[in-house]
Amino acid sequence: MNGPELVPARPAADDAPLEEEFEVAAKRQAPWRMTVRRLFRHRLFLMGLCLCSIILLAGVFAQLITTADPVRLAMRWRFRAPGVDGFVFGTDNFGRSLWARVVFGAQLSLYIGFSVVLLNAVFGTLIGAAAGYFRKLDNALMRVNDAMMAFPAILLAIAITAVLGASTFNAILALSIVYIPRTARIVRASVIVLREMEYVQAAVAAGAGHWRILRRHILPNAMAPLIVQLSFLFAYAVLSEATLSFLGLGAVPPTPTWGNIMAEGRQYLVEAPWIITIPGIALMITVMGLNLLGDGLRDVLDPRLRIQQ
Amino acid sequence: MNPLIEFSGLSKHFPVRSGGLFRRTVTPLRAVDDVSLSINSGETLGLVGESGCGKSTLGRLLIRLMEPTGGSIRFDGQEITGLNAKAMRPHRKAMQIVFQDPYGALNPRMMVEDIVMEPLLIHGAKPDADSRRLVGEMLKLVGLPTRARDRFPHEFSGGQRQRVGIARALVLRPRFVVCDEPVSALDVSVQAQIVNLLQDLQRELGLTYLFIAHDLSVVKHISDRVAVMYLGKVVEVAYKRAIYASPQHPYTQALIGAVPVLNPRVRGRGKRQRISGDIPSALNPPSGCRFHTRCPHVMPICRETLPPLLETAPGHGVACHLMTQTRA
Repeated sequence: MNGPELVPARPAADDAPLEEEFEVAAKRQAPWRMTVRRLFRHRLFLMGLCLCSIILLAGVFAQLITTADPVRLAMRWRFRAPGVDGFVFGTDNFGRSLWARVVFGAQLSLYIGFSVVLLNAVFGTLIGAAAGYFRKLDNALMRVNDAMMAFPAILLAIAITAVLGASTFNAILALSIVYIPRTARIVRASVIVLREMEYVQAAVAAGAGHWRILRRHILPNAMAPLIVQLSFLFAYAVLSEATLSFLGLGAVPPTPTWGNIMAEGRQYLVEAPWIITIPGIALMITVMGLNLLGDGLRDVLDPRLRIQQ
Repeated sequence: MNPLIEFSGLSKHFPVRSGGLFRRTVTPLRAVDDVSLSINSGETLGLVGESGCGKSTLGRLLIRLMEPTGGSIRFDGQEITGLNAKAMRPHRKAMQIVFQDPYGALNPRMMVEDIVMEPLLIHGAKPDADSRRLVGEMLKLVGLPTRARDRFPHEFSGGQRQRVGIARALVLRPRFVVCDEPVSALDVSVQAQIVNLLQDLQRELGLTYLFIAHDLSVVKHISDRVAVMYLGKVVEVAYKRAIYASPQHPYTQALIGAVPVLNPRVRGRGKRQRISGDIPSALNPPSGCRFHTRCPHVMPICRETLPPLLETAPGHGVACHLMTQTRA
């Protein structure tokens, strides 16, 4: 850099109050730390966090907290009620420990939920950012998006798995295809707002390229609504996966998922109501926990709602 | 004096779509319509006008934040209108902008040092000790303590943020800076600090300003020449003293007459022009002179012919039929 020697411009006279004011205004905190602090003051968020943690721990440590085989048949132990013969949650029509099956079901639900969320985060952001930032792509991308969104979510997922065949992988694929357009819309909406921000204009004026503007200025600021959306999406994915496997379109039995345990339990609703009830409660806890988590994140992260608090 | 930036026939029309799915009509909104001016090296051109008259659009056109619909811009003798992003890059270094809203102008997720350093990085500098030192000098230059560098924008007041915005604009050592209402969002006491800072920086770094504002007293304080815009057109341009002492265009007269006068003895003296009504829509601007719907001296010719910007005295341009016709 060249040019004349830099001399501080008249700092003393009119800047006298600046230093003091600066001290007062100075709260050394990164934005994310404040966000975390506010989250931990949000009661419902904490409740959601607890509920999700229960399911998460059960899923992650499934192999440790149960010694029973969730798949092997043991006809001798059929229809044991919860608590009888040492089966915490009882057994199902094939004598398999329901505890083991629900815990391994949690593992699968979490695996599918995370996969769908991850795929949505990647492709939803890509499509949404492209449509929102490059206005020429907008019409083409969003019309395809709208066409996908015109189908009821679960119906489209059923159609896709029906074509591809029932398997865990196909369930992930189907649910991702169904939900990515919805995620892309949300990302697009925030990108459209952000690209008009003056700090983006300033970057353009400085000569920044599209990639830098997206990476440094637009995407970091578009994350908040996306994270909120993804937390709800996790709940939808878990619920839809249960629906798919209840209909026989998810993971193939005997692999336990909450959906197919419930589907089998449906036939013994009168004799052994615990078979359908227990995975149902697990599903409820998960979805409720994720929704509370999402509500908390939305309250804290989404500035449009922050004003009302 | 040689012009640093001159533009002629500059226009920006925004397409506004209306109507339903089938009978869709596209009406151009003439935000800036056939404007020609030049700004001399080292001077401050004040640009005033009502909100929505196109002054911000004009500022953004000049530094090519927006593509003009027509016309040409010459910066330092070089045509810059047709240049693509890559060819524009070296010019970007020489022209910068300071924004109005000190809250929207800084990325809330970046620290001040990163904000001020970014233009350097875009132009090939490394984020090393040299760049850090330059950022520190820049912060000192705009009157911020160097420890401001590792703070986030939300930790600052409006005036301090505006200083950060100025530091970012000046770190590339531009020659031309568009100040897009840089003080209108600030408290009056802070306004004075920022205006003085801008003046000091101009003197020290030899900057040329386009100073956009709707506050006539601020413009009077900082400008060398003043241009008045109405509905996308420049209606009058002159040296500061001339335009404040003897405004020629009826619109300028009304604007200057509307400035509150502090001294009650002087208040109400001189001819005070009043106008009523609202600014017409730029979607459907009046025929002929844009101002004829509100002008107290309207003549038949005003409804039909657009008055050109003519020089009535050296350096004093007025676009009004009163200047050429005998007064009715």
